[in-house]
Amino acid sequence: MSPEKNNDDDAAPGGALKEAESRLHYAVRELSQASWVITLLSVLVALVVGALLILATNPQVQGTLGYFFAQPGDFFLTSFEVIRDAYSALFRGAVYDWQAATPERSIRPITETLVNAVPLILAGLGIAIGFRSGMLNIGGQGQIILGATCAAFIGYAFQLPVGAHLLLALVGGALGGAIWGGIAGVLKAKTGANEVIVTIMLNNIALYLIAWLLRQQWFVQTGSNQPIAAPVDESARLFGILGTGFRLHAGIFLAIAATVFVWWLLERSTLGFEFRAIGENPEAARTAGVNVPKATALVLIIGGALCGLGGAAHLLGTEYRLAAGIAGTLGFDAITVALLGRSKPLGTFLAGVLFGGLRAGGVLMQAQTGTPIDIVLVLQSVIVLLIAAPPLVRAIFFLPHPDGSSRSSRRRRLREQQAAETASQPAPRQEVTK
Amino acid sequence: MRSYTPKALFSLAAVGVLALSACGEAPDDETDDDADAETAEENGDAQAEDNSDYTACLVSDEGGWDDQSFNESAFTGLRNAIDDFGIDSSTAESSSEADFGPNVDAMVQQGCDLTFGVGFLLEDAINDAALDNPDLSFGIIDSTLPDEPENGKPLVFNTSEASYLAGYLAASMTETDTVATFGGLQIPSVTVFMDGFADGVERYNDDNDADVSLLGWDKDAQDGSFSGGFDDQSAGRALTEQFLAQDADIVMPVAGPVGLGAAGAIEDDGEAKLIWVDTDGYESTDYGDIILTSVLKQISQAVYDTVEEGVSGEFTSEPYVGDLENEGVGLAPFHDFEDEVPDEVQDKLEELTEEIISGDTVVESENAPQ
Repeated sequence: MSPEKNNDDDAAPGGALKEAESRLHYAVRELSQASWVITLLSVLVALVVGALLILATNPQVQGTLGYFFAQPGDFFLTSFEVIRDAYSALFRGAVYDWQAATPERSIRPITETLVNAVPLILAGLGIAIGFRSGMLNIGGQGQIILGATCAAFIGYAFQLPVGAHLLLALVGGALGGAIWGGIAGVLKAKTGANEVIVTIMLNNIALYLIAWLLRQQWFVQTGSNQPIAAPVDESARLFGILGTGFRLHAGIFLAIAATVFVWWLLERSTLGFEFRAIGENPEAARTAGVNVPKATALVLIIGGALCGLGGAAHLLGTEYRLAAGIAGTLGFDAITVALLGRSKPLGTFLAGVLFGGLRAGGVLMQAQTGTPIDIVLVLQSVIVLLIAAPPLVRAIFFLPHPDGSSRSSRRRRLREQQAAETASQPAPRQEVTK
Repeated sequence: MRSYTPKALFSLAAVGVLALSACGEAPDDETDDDADAETAEENGDAQAEDNSDYTACLVSDEGGWDDQSFNESAFTGLRNAIDDFGIDSSTAESSSEADFGPNVDAMVQQGCDLTFGVGFLLEDAINDAALDNPDLSFGIIDSTLPDEPENGKPLVFNTSEASYLAGYLAASMTETDTVATFGGLQIPSVTVFMDGFADGVERYNDDNDADVSLLGWDKDAQDGSFSGGFDDQSAGRALTEQFLAQDADIVMPVAGPVGLGAAGAIEDDGEAKLIWVDTDGYESTDYGDIILTSVLKQISQAVYDTVEEGVSGEFTSEPYVGDLENEGVGLAPFHDFEDEVPDEVQDKLEELTEEIISGDTVVESENAPQ
């Protein structure tokens, strides 16, 4: 999933015409590899798979299947109605509800989508930085928990003026995540400890840490022994931007700003160049004078800070009270968001919005049509599965291979190659890279 | 030779299944009506009610409706109410804490007359919805509402009273003078069971000058053994095996499905016995032959009663506190152990029940609902 753009650009020989040509070539190739086409088709396949599952679990449809040969029309009509109802409810819950009682309620779904997207985008960006630098940060969950915990404690334990309180809570959240990510980063930089294992273990530690904290009266400050902390003060909450009846809060600006920041960091800054360099080839980066241990640690620290910020925004913007399940499945959803977004800032932003929409729509779909909420999880999973396997999507839709040749000719060529037994021949480039 | 591809096999199987299953007759309208009338007669107990303009709704916490514990009990209560009162209903499962607010909101938008939140984690969501929608009714299970709105009813259970009886029973039935308990998470709705159990054991020791010891929970220190959640059955098994190794022969897991792990360990042991919680484990699990008794927490009955109040227009915000007196909590029948529990112990349990109801014996627990 590493971007090949830079290799290609660097390889282009001088001359304005040549450069333009190589850019065009790149654009064409990018389009035929067509990450967005593949993404779109993956979503389509996921919807079809989801529809089949909805049908399979729907008692009405099962009823009509019992007498399929007597009245096949019933089965098809019921199936159509069930799927139409489920997916239109999903859409109405995520984008625009034309059946709502008031105009405010009609446009509320899209704002709910954005509310759900805020922590997904922030944490997804944190994970994406790791991916781009060749590191699998599975610790989003723990970093989100730490971020939410620090933000919450600052939010209710301190009394500060309006702006400063919010700012301090957000910084605290980012710091909490940065420390949690930093542990893994420093361990990897100093000792070479595998960041996958360390971050997974830190998730567990975070989970038990929050469970322990929520039993301490100095921490929860509620006077009750339920394991839930006091609500954060008004002054520390991310303010709503659409007034009462809407939950959309200023966290969305935070998500947008973070997206721009990550784009600048990765594409324009020296540090980001070092990040990508150690992702492509740490040995080469070292030779080129990059301080690899420092960059390694910084990747996980910055990634952790973004995840922590996601947790803080989730808590200060929507939840307000800290409980053991504050992170839900955010940390793992963020990984899929980063994958779906191909670890690019804008892609991650859009993927976050898509997943936020699926979550928001799932609520209405479940409430109004009784369709199990798990269908949403299936949709997300199938999308990511297919994103990770572009050849599968191309096979399903009989798309040509990115090099332009049809499948049959490629197979023929492959056979010829094997027949020729050219051992020295390297495998075709596209087979290796994707 | 070319073998059958999986695809061919699959389609063959699919066609076969379809052909076998799809030869039924299409229902026509007449038989449909008959069937409806019949079921209505069966369910309605002479008075087939139709309250389809009343909608009762349920929002789960993260456990989901198949948790064999309190979400499932609440769901059963709603189902019974649907059958008996002919009301309309809607339910939503929450997959994470972030879903609570949106799910409750979705129920309100659906026009639910009465919405229950299952579990203390939903107290804020229910509280806010109740304040925003004064003409609708709300219920919260295992918690109270912070602002005590007029239209919100807390449904709480003083299970320590029933587990007190279970503790006394366990202490009188043990042959090794050691009994044990453990919880899922250290939260009040769990530890309230363990407090009562501990007091019951102590009561037996005081009355009979005995020295039965309890493993897994120290009531004074409020500290003990927990499996760390409500889904890891192997953790329940490991804890139980430790207790058995320390000579315990009766174990009460307060951990929902994790208790099944404990049941597995006890079945392997062959000698020990289990005390189930929430539902009557003799009926709800496959381990009836090792279950001495169960500490019942009648969530389904409480939900059912609250819906009944709502349907008949008698809903109040008066908290429902399940205790021994109103049979919201209690001890299940001994089933297979009916003959093994001595008559004097059974008499003593009845005596204790009356003492608790009359207030002569007060089961104290800081985790009990206030």
